[in-house]
Formats: sequence, C-alpha cells, structure tokens
Amino acid sequence: MRRVVVTGVGVVSALGVGVTPFWHALRAGTSGIGPIRALDCSALKFSNGAEVPGFDPLQYFDAKTAEQLDRSVQFAGVAADEAINGSGVVFVPERTAVVTGCAIGGKPTEDDTYRQLYAEGRTRFDPMSIPKVMTSASASRISMHHGITGPCYTVSTACASAAHAIGQAFWMVRFGLVDAAVTGGTEAPMTLGMLRAWEAMRVVAPDTCRPFSRDRRGMILGEGAAVVVLEDLDAAVARGARIHAEICGFGMSSDAGHLTAPSADGAARAMTAALRDARLDPSRIGYVNAHGTGTRANDVSETRAIRAVFATLPLVSATKSMHGHALGASPALEAVATVLALRDGILPPTANFTDADPECDLDVIPNHARAIHVEAALSNSFAFGGLNAVLAFRRYVG
Amino acid sequence: MPESVADRVMRVIAQAQKLPEGRVEATSTFRELGIDSLDGLNILFAIEEEFGIDVPDDAATGFTSVPEVVAGIERLLSSKTT
Repeated sequence: MRRVVVTGVGVVSALGVGVTPFWHALRAGTSGIGPIRALDCSALKFSNGAEVPGFDPLQYFDAKTAEQLDRSVQFAGVAADEAINGSGVVFVPERTAVVTGCAIGGKPTEDDTYRQLYAEGRTRFDPMSIPKVMTSASASRISMHHGITGPCYTVSTACASAAHAIGQAFWMVRFGLVDAAVTGGTEAPMTLGMLRAWEAMRVVAPDTCRPFSRDRRGMILGEGAAVVVLEDLDAAVARGARIHAEICGFGMSSDAGHLTAPSADGAARAMTAALRDARLDPSRIGYVNAHGTGTRANDVSETRAIRAVFATLPLVSATKSMHGHALGASPALEAVATVLALRDGILPPTANFTDADPECDLDVIPNHARAIHVEAALSNSFAFGGLNAVLAFRRYVG
Repeated sequence: MPESVADRVMRVIAQAQKLPEGRVEATSTFRELGIDSLDGLNILFAIEEEFGIDVPDDAATGFTSVPEVVAGIERLLSSKTT
C-alpha cells in the first residue's frame, strides 16, 4: 500500500485567485464575505455572499474557450492549472486520474438559458448550453487541457462532493490503480434561482457567517474551486517534488436519517472511519477543519460528534467564515486550508466570532490564527441528505 | 450600399470565431478557418439570429465553407419571402 502526498495546490475563492491570497487571508482571519455583486438581492432576505472578486475569464482563457466554459468550469480550470504547474509533475497520461466534486453543475449558464426561455420567450439558445451545464464539465476540461487519459469522473454528493472526490482519488493512488491524481471541487451558485432556493430553506444568514458563535444566524453562500495534485510518495520524493502534506485517511458514512437535519452519530462514524483508514489514534489529531457552516443545527451536532470521537479535544476551526460555503467545492477549499495549516504550522481561525455558545464547547480558534505544529488533522464535510465524508492529513517531514 | 448576404455571413463567422475582420474571405473553407463541429453550431446560432431564420438540421450539416453558407442562406431567405 502506497503512501500518498499532496504536491500541488490551486485555489479560486472569495479571498482571491490563487493559493497565495487564500492562505494569506486565512492566516490573517480576513473574511471574503460581502455584498453580492453578481445580481440585485434587494428583494431577498439576505444580500451577503462570498464571491470571487474581479474574476475575468479572459485573463485565463482565450475568448472562444471562455465562451465554452461555464463560470464553475472556469474556476476549476484555473485552480487545476495552478495546482499542476506548481507541482511540476509530468503525468503519465493513462496512469493519472481526474476526480472532481460538484453539487449543482453549471447553474450560471442554466439560469441564463431558463430566463431567456421563460421570461424572454426566446426560442434559440447557446448551442454550448448542454456541455456547459453538465456537472462533470470540470473533469473534462482538466482532462482535455492537460492530456490526462486515465479514470476521469465527477462525484456529486451535495456539500460533501469534493471530499468524496478527493478521497476516491487518494484511494486510487494508494492502491496503485493510478500513480497520480488531480482532484478537488468547483461551484458557482450565484444565480437568482439558486439564491431564492437557498432563501426558501431559511438557512442563510442575513449578516455574516459566525460558526460556533452564540449569535450565529446561518451560512453564507460562496463560490470558487480548489484542486490538489496527489502523487505516490516514493515517486514524488524521487523527482524532488515539494511535498505540502501527506493525505493518509478517508472515511465515509450516511446518516440514513433526515433529509436536512444533521446527525452527530453519522458525523462521528465518518471521522472514526477516516482515523481507522489512516491508522491514526484520535489522540494524534491536533486540528479539525470543521464542516462548521454557521447554522444553528450543524454546529451543535458537529460539536457533539467531535466530543464523541476525541477523548482529548483537538483545536477546531471553520474556515467557511472566510471563504463562505461554496457547496460541493467547500471540502476542497478546506482540504487545501488543512494541508497548508499542517505544512506551515499555522492553524487558521474561525472568523467573525463573537460569543461562545455553551452548546459548542470547543476551542474554535476565535478570530486569530495559532502558530502550532500539529502532527495530523481532519477535514470534515457533512452534506444535506446525510452523506458524510472526512479526510485525514498528516504533516510531512522529509 | 446595404451589406450583402455574403458580407453579413463573413462578419458573423468572424465574430463567432473571434477572428479579426478580413480573415474570413468569400471563398474560405471551414477547415482553413479552423472551424470544427462545435464551432459550426455556434456559427449557425449566430446566423439564425442575424437573419431571423431557422436553418434546418439537414441543411446545416452540409456547410463546410463560406460560399456554401451564403448560398444556403440565400435559398432560405428567398423561400421565406415567397
């Protein structure tokens, strides 16, 4: 069984385009949440979101390519390019996988098309609508652009999508099905249809995202993409690659309970499964990047789950307070945050934190990062529909 | 002088393909212009908008050059007016 390491990271998020602005903001506790600019929210019950600032596709794609890619796919393409170029890896095309996670597909394209159809009565549509809206368009873009010809697919498990994607890619490299993988997630939900649908669920905060705070009022929708390059450790060492961290465990579970209410038991079982897969005793986990959405229900349930798994509590933070909840892409953003935390010995905080909630009695690293080298960390993702996925990472000391 | 059908076709193809004006000539083939099957769909979409016509699928698949498109559009336009 091979050990698997992260040798490349790429991010497009509300904190900017690239890993550097992402990590800089997370370390500083700076939130990317602000008024939504993509559309007029004056009729909605909320008006804040975590949008990618000033994303101009023509900076990254020629005009024709940009037109063929939905905004969500553009994000994935940019993040993948950064991760692959940064890793310096030379792929063996048929021995490399691409696995992406995406919950909702090309909503900006779909929303435009439906508006033209229903509101404007138009009868002709962008002929690229179908290949733009398909949920797997990001996997295809990465495969085609980088000439990767091995297993290539997309996982869709709502807000756990990218965690399931990264976990499967990790297992494929670990068990020798492939030698390397490009994996992560992408999402672009800032459309009127999506915002209205989220409004109807009454889980979006009218102010900001304050995970684990007593006065938290819900989640904040975000957008973006994150991609990592995974390689067999021996191959990475042999080529002198920069190793950011080791990915060492993946655990899944299903609540088989309620469609939207979280279950502490399901979450705890996923964390335990990831620890077993990593052959790590819980006492060795120093940090958990929480699912931490900032909803009343999640944060209490997740606190109970963490307390059930760990006799000695790890430090916990919810970086959604800074990059927002980018649905299926969130687990990838958080995986990158976890990898960088292990690499640099800096644990990002939970931003926007005000008062402690007795029902969330964890050290959530309020507002200010902590400089601590921890040995290993978990990244939690718990989706609507009760689908849970947890990734385990270990600090790599060469 | 109003823009001819051929001029309009060349302009629409150049816009759809993001090509500089003048690059698309009256005798250009799709192959010369690097137009593949997906590009062809975009061009048809743009031509239907430009001329306010529907290009039937069987006619559309036969287009491999600018003169073929121009001839096809002229046929469709004349059948529209009669």
